[in-house]
Amino acid sequence: MFYKQQGGGPWGGGGGGGPWGSGGGSGGSGGGNPWSSRGGSGGGNPPPDLEELLRRSQERLRRIMPGGFGSPRSLYILGAVILFFWGLSGVYVVQPDEQGVELMFGRYVRTTQPGPNFWFPAPVGTVLKPKVTQTNQLTIGFRGSPGNIREVPQESHILSGDQNIVDIQFVVQWRISNAGDYLFNMRDPEATVKIAAESALREVVGSNPLTAVITNQRDQLAQQARELLQGIMDGYKAGVTILDLRIQKADPPKEVIDAFNDVQRAKQDAERLENEALAYRNDIIPRAKGEAARLVQNATAEKERLVKEAEGQAARFTAFYQTYVANKDITARRMYLEAMQEVLSKSEKIIMDNKGGPGVVPYLPLPEIQRRSQGQASAPQ
Amino acid sequence: MNPRLVLGVAVSVVILILLTGTAFTVQQTQQALVLTFGNPSRVIAEPGLKFKIPLAQRVFYYDKRILDLDPQGQDMSLIDQRRINVDAFARYRIVDPLRFYQAVGTEASFRDRFGNILNGSVRDAVGRADLADVLGAKRGAVMHEITEAVRRRAPEFGIEVVEVRIGRADLTADTTQATFNRMRSDRMAEAADFRGRGQEQKSRIEADADRERTIILAEAEKQSQTLRGEGEAESRKILNAAQGKDPQFYGFFRAMEAYKGALGDGTTMVLSPDSEFFRYFNAPPRP
Repeated sequence: MFYKQQGGGPWGGGGGGGPWGSGGGSGGSGGGNPWSSRGGSGGGNPPPDLEELLRRSQERLRRIMPGGFGSPRSLYILGAVILFFWGLSGVYVVQPDEQGVELMFGRYVRTTQPGPNFWFPAPVGTVLKPKVTQTNQLTIGFRGSPGNIREVPQESHILSGDQNIVDIQFVVQWRISNAGDYLFNMRDPEATVKIAAESALREVVGSNPLTAVITNQRDQLAQQARELLQGIMDGYKAGVTILDLRIQKADPPKEVIDAFNDVQRAKQDAERLENEALAYRNDIIPRAKGEAARLVQNATAEKERLVKEAEGQAARFTAFYQTYVANKDITARRMYLEAMQEVLSKSEKIIMDNKGGPGVVPYLPLPEIQRRSQGQASAPQ
Repeated sequence: MNPRLVLGVAVSVVILILLTGTAFTVQQTQQALVLTFGNPSRVIAEPGLKFKIPLAQRVFYYDKRILDLDPQGQDMSLIDQRRINVDAFARYRIVDPLRFYQAVGTEASFRDRFGNILNGSVRDAVGRADLADVLGAKRGAVMHEITEAVRRRAPEFGIEVVEVRIGRADLTADTTQATFNRMRSDRMAEAADFRGRGQEQKSRIEADADRERTIILAEAEKQSQTLRGEGEAESRKILNAAQGKDPQFYGFFRAMEAYKGALGDGTTMVLSPDSEFFRYFNAPPRP
């Protein structure tokens, strides 16, 4: 624990204020203690009557102080002894994590470093020992340690600049930078650190849109809030250094987290759809290119075929023609007869002599011809 | 009893009473107001050991440090009549203990009275602002306005207002629910937008791919038709070159080819014996 002012305070007179010792009223009380302790030590059980008690202690005192109680000499000795023990109680030790702040009659006199020190004991002097090297941490938006977190929604729900609600949990670490300022300039600086930290972070979050808070600018915002908080505390001269302000969690509130997650899913969906389309594209374009190549190759082949065929026909014709030119009549006649033979050898033939005169109507047995031609057609099967 | 002892004790007690009634300490954090029979006689600002007249004078102690005033947050209306809960806090210092004593006496009653003034000033300032101002950019200005308003009232209480800040500024419970609903619908719209865009992108890419495919195939078709045309032209040119030498013979030659090709199986021919083919059917040639 670091030094902490206890409640009460100065209201209603000097009696309050825990660490300040008893107030102004205890001016002479230091002299009373040795008397009563000495008196009490002689007592036993059952309680002796007062007269007897006083008498016995006087006797004892008389033994220590031969001059007798009440003689000036014994009073000096008594005073010296009291002063010695009172003075001895002024030795105090400042621990390594502390500073000693010495007050005389409530007024600040000096600050001492770790180690044994001496200062006037009460009621003249007071020593305060704030823990100056200790890092203090306060959590806002939640209580407890990691793993056992209790949320505090009224602290953690913060409005962003675009009027959305963000669920923020953050931690502030601070240290006493100036013991004198910390003790004497502000009542309850710790409570002020907390309330000012909340105010600072809310101001920063309130100036930024929700997306900035919950995504990429979290550290930046924490840094801004830390500076703002330090500025506030410096304005109060509170003697406090803000070491760190860390946003541990900045999420959409539980009530709407589903909708936010759905946006993430929608992003994934959109990406998936695009990838599907790219896959489709990657599938059909190469196929089309292949198909195109095939078409062009086929056409090229066709062209070549036509040309070669024509060349072949031309060559054949030229060959025929050359033989024809050599002997026109014979060649033509042979060609004619060969062609006729080929044609007629394959076809049905009916030879009719029309010399009988126009009166004779030739009868063509068409159905029979048809049947025969059908029979021929089905014959190869 | 020893009379000296009695005397010693009596003297000690008297000294004690006198010291108790006369001396008092003012702590580093305190200032004190001394009243003589109820009339303020002096203010002690410096800490240390002080003295007063016993019985006649009383001392009131006040804190010299910066003090906190954190009244409960309260619901108030913004300029657009929306309700928010604003929690403001002030930091102040008692600079005139006499005035403070006369005005309020104790800190408890000060909290009560000045808390109302603070809340009233906050209400005024927030009532002239909209939510965005209170939350963000103009928050500093709003806080400054409140601080100034509160400062005007400070002298009558013998205090100095160090600063007024807005701590929490939250939506009221029913507005919070409405905000959650709006956030949800905002996100739904965003999600729908993403999905819609995804679909759009998909259609675009697919249509683009289809177009590309059609063009590739059409291009190939065009090229192949051109090639075929070239082939046919080439073919005719070659044939023309060969056949053009004797069109008459070509006619005969081609006719013979055509007969062979066209008249085949299943053809029934009615022939006259007078035709050229039967030239020697009736008689051999006469020499």
